[in-house]
Amino acid sequence: MADPDQADIGGEPRLRFRDDEPHDEPAVTLDAFLADPGNAGAVRLEAGDDARLLGPHLDRLALVEVSFPSFRDGRGYSAARLLREAGYAGELRAAGDVLVDQIPLMRRCGFDSFAPEAEVDADALNRALDRYSLHYQAAADADAPVWRRRHG
Amino acid sequence: MKLLTGNDLPTGDVVWWTGDGWSRHLVDAVDVGANGEAIAAAEQGARRVNVPYVIDASATPDGPRPAHIKDRIRALGPTVRPDLTLKPADASAGNWVI
Amino acid sequence: MYRYDEYDQAMVDARVDEFRDQVARRLSGRMTEDQFKPLRLMNGLYLQLHAYMLRVAVPYGTLSSRQTRMLAHVARRYDRGYGHFTTRQNIQYNWIKLEDAPDILAELATVEMHAIQTSGNCIRNISADQYAGAAADEVADPRPWAELIRQWSSFHPEFSYLPRKFKIAVIAAAEDRAAMRLHDIGLRLIVRNGELGAEVYAGGGMGRTPMIAPLIRDFVPAADLLSYLEAALRVYNRYGRRDNIYKARIKILVHEIGADAYRAQVEEEFLAVKALGIDPPAAELARITAMFAPPPFTTDLPDAIDLPDAIDRTDPDFAIWVDRNVAAHKQPGHSIVNVSLKPAGGIPGDASADQIDVLADLAERYGHDELRVTHAQNIVLPHVATRDLPAVWAALVKAGLAEANLDLVTDIIACPGLDYCSLANARSIPLAQKIQARFADPVRQRDLGELKLKISGCINACGHHHAGHIGILGVDRKGVENYQLLLGGSGAEDVSLGKITGPGFSEDGVVDAIERVTDRYVAVRQPGERFLDTYRRVGFETFKEAVYG
Repeated sequence: MADPDQADIGGEPRLRFRDDEPHDEPAVTLDAFLADPGNAGAVRLEAGDDARLLGPHLDRLALVEVSFPSFRDGRGYSAARLLREAGYAGELRAAGDVLVDQIPLMRRCGFDSFAPEAEVDADALNRALDRYSLHYQAAADADAPVWRRRHG
Repeated sequence: MKLLTGNDLPTGDVVWWTGDGWSRHLVDAVDVGANGEAIAAAEQGARRVNVPYVIDASATPDGPRPAHIKDRIRALGPTVRPDLTLKPADASAGNWVI
Repeated sequence: MYRYDEYDQAMVDARVDEFRDQVARRLSGRMTEDQFKPLRLMNGLYLQLHAYMLRVAVPYGTLSSRQTRMLAHVARRYDRGYGHFTTRQNIQYNWIKLEDAPDILAELATVEMHAIQTSGNCIRNISADQYAGAAADEVADPRPWAELIRQWSSFHPEFSYLPRKFKIAVIAAAEDRAAMRLHDIGLRLIVRNGELGAEVYAGGGMGRTPMIAPLIRDFVPAADLLSYLEAALRVYNRYGRRDNIYKARIKILVHEIGADAYRAQVEEEFLAVKALGIDPPAAELARITAMFAPPPFTTDLPDAIDLPDAIDRTDPDFAIWVDRNVAAHKQPGHSIVNVSLKPAGGIPGDASADQIDVLADLAERYGHDELRVTHAQNIVLPHVATRDLPAVWAALVKAGLAEANLDLVTDIIACPGLDYCSLANARSIPLAQKIQARFADPVRQRDLGELKLKISGCINACGHHHAGHIGILGVDRKGVENYQLLLGGSGAEDVSLGKITGPGFSEDGVVDAIERVTDRYVAVRQPGERFLDTYRRVGFETFKEAVYG
């Protein structure tokens, strides 16, 4: 939910949902990282990359950026959930053709920062983020799914 | 001839470029020649039309006749419901489609 | 049937609010059509040949009378007085205005209805056996499982941008009345060691490359169902093709890597997903199941109140209708009524607002307030007391809904085709009407018997032509409509895919060709054989020769 300390100033859309400082390091490709992790703390996953390959390395990563080459390509949603399910706690960024209306879904999959190519309608984003407080299914977020509210 | 067609954004009605606006009636459509894309871009940008595109047609004494049967059905209405077409009083209007 | 609680209602209401916002942004230009299209599709709104078309969800084909009246109201107020029932048990309105769509969804929400995920590359309406809760052969009512899946799949954040659409069907009997094997995922409920679970099939579908879904898992207990489906969808989301929309369905993935490889991946993913605890407790399925308890059937009925003895056969038309359209109910003294939406010269699957209101009235008065939509584009009143059949029939006659042609050659499944659909290559409705006219003689129809004829106006196969005993595919041959004839398909438990006979025909030509097929059937059939049985016995070549000489 919206953090009052990070409320929009002058209509800027809120695109990061973490308290820590943004990790300022160029992300390396998955292939490069796996070949030689070195000191890299940021990795970029293309849409077809297998997120599970990062499994042994999650503790040392501060940023994983997942590419959305087309807003229709939904593979990144699964990549994000897999990373969170594997215990990744760093910044998980959705980058590329990301539409405002997709951001709430992406958040539920574990993304906590966004780098859309197109300009974001800040008002529309705020309304989208606040619109659904209930969810039918469990995902990467901490919200209790409706069935848990029904049965405790 | 080339006709420019699209849909009215709020209503979805099929519309045809008349030269200075959009009509729901094929008979008002003009030949856009090679300018179709340019007009389409301007009109779509101004939100006066949704998803415009150019089709082939031939000129006939009764007005433009789209080259493809799909476009002719689109211009008239469903052949199986003459009452819902743009020419409900003309029971044989569907023959024009074929 | 299912009733929304505060949570269900809140979510549908939020969806209406979201769509209203999205439409406003589109109309004011803050969103382009490219950005808006996936969003409107996920609310069932297409831009079709003549207008916007809205596809309203009818979850597992079940409606109350109140909901049915709302469908009639929408047809009157926002459309042109009619609706079209589809091969996925939904209803479509062909003449919708974008600016009205949010209000329509708001009205639907007041009766627990919506258009959520009836289009788009997401999980679509969960379909089920139209005789659920009424048929004696089911091990359990499949609809509680369908409802559980519906909720799990609604607004699923990971599976809203799949490679392609995803269709799930649930049945619960050996007889497959929902074409389950031709779905992306099909479930058949079974009982094993006293426990209710499901066989899982994956990778079926029609379209350009029809395939029958292979068995992926022979038993999934209720407690694992959603984890298993989550795993199955996750594997598809990751590996389904994204480069070619004609190769993007799960059937292509399962076919290309093989059922064994797909199964292995799903099982591996399932182990990981199961550990997450995403399955609801048993109490949730129990809560849903309780809402599908049988209605309060009258039990103090006199003896001999079951078909066929119960009916008064004095009126031959009534007798014919009962023999053809009425099926046995598991509850003594009750019957399942099939209402054909395929009247001679009509439009398959269409019903006027007035007719829809009649159906609502009949459901309320004689049917324990329940109606079903079938994938054959007909309607079912599943719970009618046999003694009420005459009154029901009389009302149907008056409303033009008493055609006694269930599963006969004139009970044609036809997509809207080129008359309505911008994807189509040929018209399907006029062809259906010509076939009905050619076979108009009801005595001849009944003599031909069960003959499931299905017409698609394009390769997308919304008319399920691959699953027709006789199937027709409309194509565009140099700008002229042309029709290919297929034989021997079946969407039932004896599932098979139709085979193309050869070169296509004109509209009149294919009607003649069909008659040559049926004439040959009559000439070579043995007692008790349906057309499909004769075809399977004597073989394709005999019929090909009949068609082409």
